[in-house]
Amino acid sequence: MNPADDPVRPGPATAIELVVDGRAVPGLAGQTVAGVLLGAGRRTWRSSRSGRPRGVFCGIGVCHDCLVAVNGVDDVRACQRRAADGDVITTTDEPR
Amino acid sequence: MIETPDVLVVGAGPAGLAAAAAARRAGAQVVLLDAAADAGGQYWRHLPAERPAARERILHHGWDRFARLRGQELLADAQVWLVERHDDRPPTVHALVGPADGTAREKRVFAPRALVLATGAYERTLPFPGWDLPGVFTAGAAQALAKAERVAVGRRVVVAGAGPFLLPVAASLVRTGARVLGVLEANPWPRLARAWTARPAELFASRGKAGELAGYVRDLIRHRIPYRAATGVVAAHGDGRVEAVTVARLGPDWAPGTERRIAADAVCVSHGFVPRAELAVAAGCRLDPDGSVHTDAEGRTSVPGVFAAGEITGIGGADLALAEGSVAGTVAAGGADRRGFTGFPARLEAAHGIRPGWTGWLTDDTLVCRCEDVTAGDLRAAAEATGSRGLRSLKLSTRAGLGACQGRVCGRTVEELLNRHTGGLLDPGRTANRPVAALVRLGELAAHHEDHEENA
Repeated sequence: MNPADDPVRPGPATAIELVVDGRAVPGLAGQTVAGVLLGAGRRTWRSSRSGRPRGVFCGIGVCHDCLVAVNGVDDVRACQRRAADGDVITTTDEPR
Repeated sequence: MIETPDVLVVGAGPAGLAAAAAARRAGAQVVLLDAAADAGGQYWRHLPAERPAARERILHHGWDRFARLRGQELLADAQVWLVERHDDRPPTVHALVGPADGTAREKRVFAPRALVLATGAYERTLPFPGWDLPGVFTAGAAQALAKAERVAVGRRVVVAGAGPFLLPVAASLVRTGARVLGVLEANPWPRLARAWTARPAELFASRGKAGELAGYVRDLIRHRIPYRAATGVVAAHGDGRVEAVTVARLGPDWAPGTERRIAADAVCVSHGFVPRAELAVAAGCRLDPDGSVHTDAEGRTSVPGVFAAGEITGIGGADLALAEGSVAGTVAAGGADRRGFTGFPARLEAAHGIRPGWTGWLTDDTLVCRCEDVTAGDLRAAAEATGSRGLRSLKLSTRAGLGACQGRVCGRTVEELLNRHTGGLLDPGRTANRPVAALVRLGELAAHHEDHEENA
């Protein structure tokens, strides 16, 4: 949420940038890849076997719905991987 | 190199933190590890060190307790992928340490004198038409994203399912800027009241929990969030994402009745919890009929040298997990302690446990296995066509539970549905069996194997 409205009163955070399917997407140091994607308004980034859209479902590393490729390595759970500045994220879906 | 700590604690949520602290107090050399980057587990999931916040505690209960416990040494980002059973000594535990699902993680192998499993639980989410639409989340996902990312899963959110966990999720959502349209509990008031008010003296040990729940109820009132019993989300609708949900009155057995549709862009669902028991199963620990790990009053499992504490021994909340962890850690370190009796898990099940009428929500094309796209109709058709009563063979012929999550999400649901279709499975319970406990890359396995050969 917008830090100015956030009741937890966030302090300063370091901006990072991921490259998601060739486009720059801003995030904050310490976020997961899924947090960055959702924060950027992306809800889905994968398709199931029969082509149904998938994104975050369980958020705690159990369901494996949110898999992405990180720096060329496939099948990384986006909700479990901490995003690092400059990480190249490849999804199997075009942005929706 | 194989490390030989006195006590290895797997999982740094409330139970694991308490276990490690107690074992250290008792003089043991302890290794505490967790797959996450920091301690806290799901209950105390929090903002990363890179994102300090002045009032983070408003998202949490027991934050002072966590502040005391979290100072311990922790082996973070450590994914246990294999528990190797031995006849004459506690199991060997294999972990990979490094970025989640990475490629060149560091191997660590532990042969502890005592092993404490505190791996927690994850949500049981029952399927309903549209539950795989983007915008349907587990309640735990909403909680994790709110607490650790400050991301709200939607603007207009319905929270539905069963159990007290729905309340803190609603509280976190409103503190993350979402509007919560309602908290829907599937069970009717009479059942909730009967279970929670019987033998009140027994609840004394859980009084901290009562205070916590009272806080959430005040939250609901302050934010004018309706709480409805005997009500559930039975379908989600939308073109590529959730735009509306169907809310139904539910009978005492959860069979759906009168329906209405409400506009929402997210729905967070939790129907209960499943113990994360694969490491305990791999170690050979006996399970109770509900799938939780069987322990005695000191936290011992059925396997010598293996202890369990917290939600894997029965869903009872953080206070109970802390108490259990403390006992198990002390005893694992060679000390003496005993659990006080608490009826909390049994009460939780009596009040909020899943009722069989939920299958009334299903249509033939409702997805059951999200990984392999297996529908409720596929399961019934396979059972009818093959006449098989074998879970293993029905899983193989439908592929239900064989996808990336290894049946973690759908396993129990698949078993329950097939149990009805077949008139009784011959080999129930096997969806909890995952000898390889995490996705491991072949390259990492090969490197591991070479190492083993050198040592042999």
